[in-house]
Amino acid sequence: MSAPTLSTSEQPEARIRRASGSRPRATSREAFLRALRHHLSAHSFLIGAVLCFSFFSWYPMVREFLLAFQKTEDGRTTWAGWDNLRTVFADPAFWQAWRGTLLFTGLALVLGFAVPFVVALVINEFRHAQAYLRLLVYLPVMLPPVASVLLFKYLYDPGYGLFNSILDTLHLPQQQWLQDPDTAMLSVVIAATWMNMGGATLIYLAALQAVPGELYEAAELDGAGLLRKIWHVTVPQTRLILSLMLLMQIIATMQVFTEPFLLTNGAGPEGSTTTVVYLIYQYAFNFNDYGAAAALGLVLLVLLAGFSAAYVRLSRTADDA
Amino acid sequence: MRSARFRRSRSTCRTRRTSAAALLTALALTASLAACGTSSSDNGGGDSEGGGSSDPSAPLDPKAKVTLTIDCMPPPAKAAELKEWNEDVRTFNKTYPNVRIEGKSTPGQCLEPPRFTAMLKAKSQPDVFYTYFTDLEQVLDNDGAADISAYVTDRTVPALGDIDPDVMSSLTKEGKLYGLPTSNYTMGLLINRSLFEQAGLDPDNPPRTWAEVRTAAKAIAGLGKGVAGFGEYSAGNTGGWHFTATTYGLGGDIVDTSGAKAAFNNELGRQIAQNLHAMRWDDDSMGQTQLLKWGDLQKQIASDKLGMFLAAPDDITYMVQQLGAKYENFGMGPIPGEKSTLFGGNNYMIKKGSSPDKIKAAIAWLNFKNLTVGKGQFAWSRTKADGLPVGLPQPNFWLNDSKTKDDAQRAQHATMPVANFKAFMDNPVKGKAEPPKAQEIYKVLDNVMSGILTNKDADIDKLLSTAEQQVNQILANQ
Repeated sequence: MSAPTLSTSEQPEARIRRASGSRPRATSREAFLRALRHHLSAHSFLIGAVLCFSFFSWYPMVREFLLAFQKTEDGRTTWAGWDNLRTVFADPAFWQAWRGTLLFTGLALVLGFAVPFVVALVINEFRHAQAYLRLLVYLPVMLPPVASVLLFKYLYDPGYGLFNSILDTLHLPQQQWLQDPDTAMLSVVIAATWMNMGGATLIYLAALQAVPGELYEAAELDGAGLLRKIWHVTVPQTRLILSLMLLMQIIATMQVFTEPFLLTNGAGPEGSTTTVVYLIYQYAFNFNDYGAAAALGLVLLVLLAGFSAAYVRLSRTADDA
Repeated sequence: MRSARFRRSRSTCRTRRTSAAALLTALALTASLAACGTSSSDNGGGDSEGGGSSDPSAPLDPKAKVTLTIDCMPPPAKAAELKEWNEDVRTFNKTYPNVRIEGKSTPGQCLEPPRFTAMLKAKSQPDVFYTYFTDLEQVLDNDGAADISAYVTDRTVPALGDIDPDVMSSLTKEGKLYGLPTSNYTMGLLINRSLFEQAGLDPDNPPRTWAEVRTAAKAIAGLGKGVAGFGEYSAGNTGGWHFTATTYGLGGDIVDTSGAKAAFNNELGRQIAQNLHAMRWDDDSMGQTQLLKWGDLQKQIASDKLGMFLAAPDDITYMVQQLGAKYENFGMGPIPGEKSTLFGGNNYMIKKGSSPDKIKAAIAWLNFKNLTVGKGQFAWSRTKADGLPVGLPQPNFWLNDSKTKDDAQRAQHATMPVANFKAFMDNPVKGKAEPPKAQEIYKVLDNVMSGILTNKDADIDKLLSTAEQQVNQILANQ
């Protein structure tokens, strides 16, 4: 994030004049026009982006907000007040979807948050082949999600999947993986973690490499072992990145859709992999209830906005640190 | 001091800006319902319309100048179908030289629900647009289709009296007609003939009851090599759809006659669920991989890994054209139970606000292309010459003389052993429409299906009563 500059229209003379209580007159207008001319090229460059964002981003957002309070019936669009929200809250799938989403988020934090950090620690310990290992870890991210999902579908298949073959070889009981209400979500999270952990690992690795070596040396002189070095040096030194990544993960995993949708064809066994975004998709495209879809989107938005605000606060701390 | 103030002002400015950014980011993440549709021809754009009769029931005046945009024209990948479409346009233009038909083709399916709903919302549907029977409610909610009751008569559609009234009634609401059918289907039991023979079963006599289905499935699964006897959906709302089809076959119902209460949490519902559970877990005749949806079972049966599943005849066309299967390898029987069967189909509607001449031109085209025995889609000799399949029991909406004539022509030009569908054709089962709020109900019933098929210890009573509660809630929110 770059530091904001002072507004250019706030020329020093204008500020002084305003401070002395006189109304800004032609001179300040001239100054403003001069500033405008000065920045004309910048503004004209911005026009394209502003138009694009207006059409494809901001306008849909406003529409979505309006849709959440509208109903369309027999060709008439009417204001529905809180009706859509009531419909969404009354839907039995609402709580099921939140349960699924929070379960995914919880499991993804345990797995998707810890695993990349540990992998980064391990890679960081290597003196050689770091670049190769980095590439190796990042490769799955480059795969199209659909390809990864198909791969995992084969691995998980209860009949001829690789995972069950391995269990069989080890004389362990076979699992139903995605085909069992109790293990479906965990299986989805494992696949999602494998698919997405590359990015997080690289970020942790960068953070680890920024930790000054003297600290480790000092810790070693004090007789700290590997675990104590990690606990007393690495973790405090990378705390901020860790907490930022935690929030990023929460924001990302709350919107999970692709993995459960593709791995379990949507709702999963007994609805155990239903997520909020999948429910939004169902409302909009299967039940043609745009109002309810927008209302549920709004509920999710409010939650995510809270997390985003926390994220911003944290990143500001990071900036100021 | 100054630096501290600057810093504070900087951070508040930053906070405001970044909070807004955060809010916008979150908004962007959740607002993905922007409609992107295709543009339709503007009504009467460039047409000097007129010259037609003011009587809506009269056929189109050949002198009337009209441009019609129509979707679901075959894409270039379907060369033979596209050739036939273009031929039909030329033939049609001999009678109506002033009607310009602008076909619009889409890759993949003619109608994909997300695209379709967006199109309706944006009012960007073409003048004549393709829909499923089940879309009527949605189209009317979006004020998308013209009422064509006055225009559709036996003068404009001569074979009108020979079209199955059940089909016409699914295009009618409160006495007003909104569309003309293209095709229709009823669900039956699709079988893989070679697996039937290998298992020592008679492919000309597919199972007619669930007890017979269970026995046959066990025999087929006994072949080993990962072959399943009977397959079933349990995801993407298709599980609920098939639970409904099974219930209909046995004379049951999903929603009671009042339309306000679920009607499947009873002895029949339990029987259906228990039978499937027993086939999956006791007989192990349904394969281990579940959570399947439309497209998955087709792949299995086309690659000789599945013996039977509930399907409509057009699934066979899909498997032959997309999956390289052979017509000879399939057969069909009526749905087990034969009390009634789910039926559906597709049709064309005409955009609301179209001029009378446009509506008349659209009806003239639809009549020629889709509703005349021996012409357009029913020109079976041409279909055969173009290397396309003839002989499937679909479309299947003719009655009386038209049926006799069309059946004879179909049999004469058949490119597949029509005897394979004899059990299905000789035992017609009365069609029954989907329940209200069908997709929502199917989603709930998906949980019943996936519970039965993925959980060995599934509590069937609990699955059904939970589903009943949820369906009642959906119906109460109508």
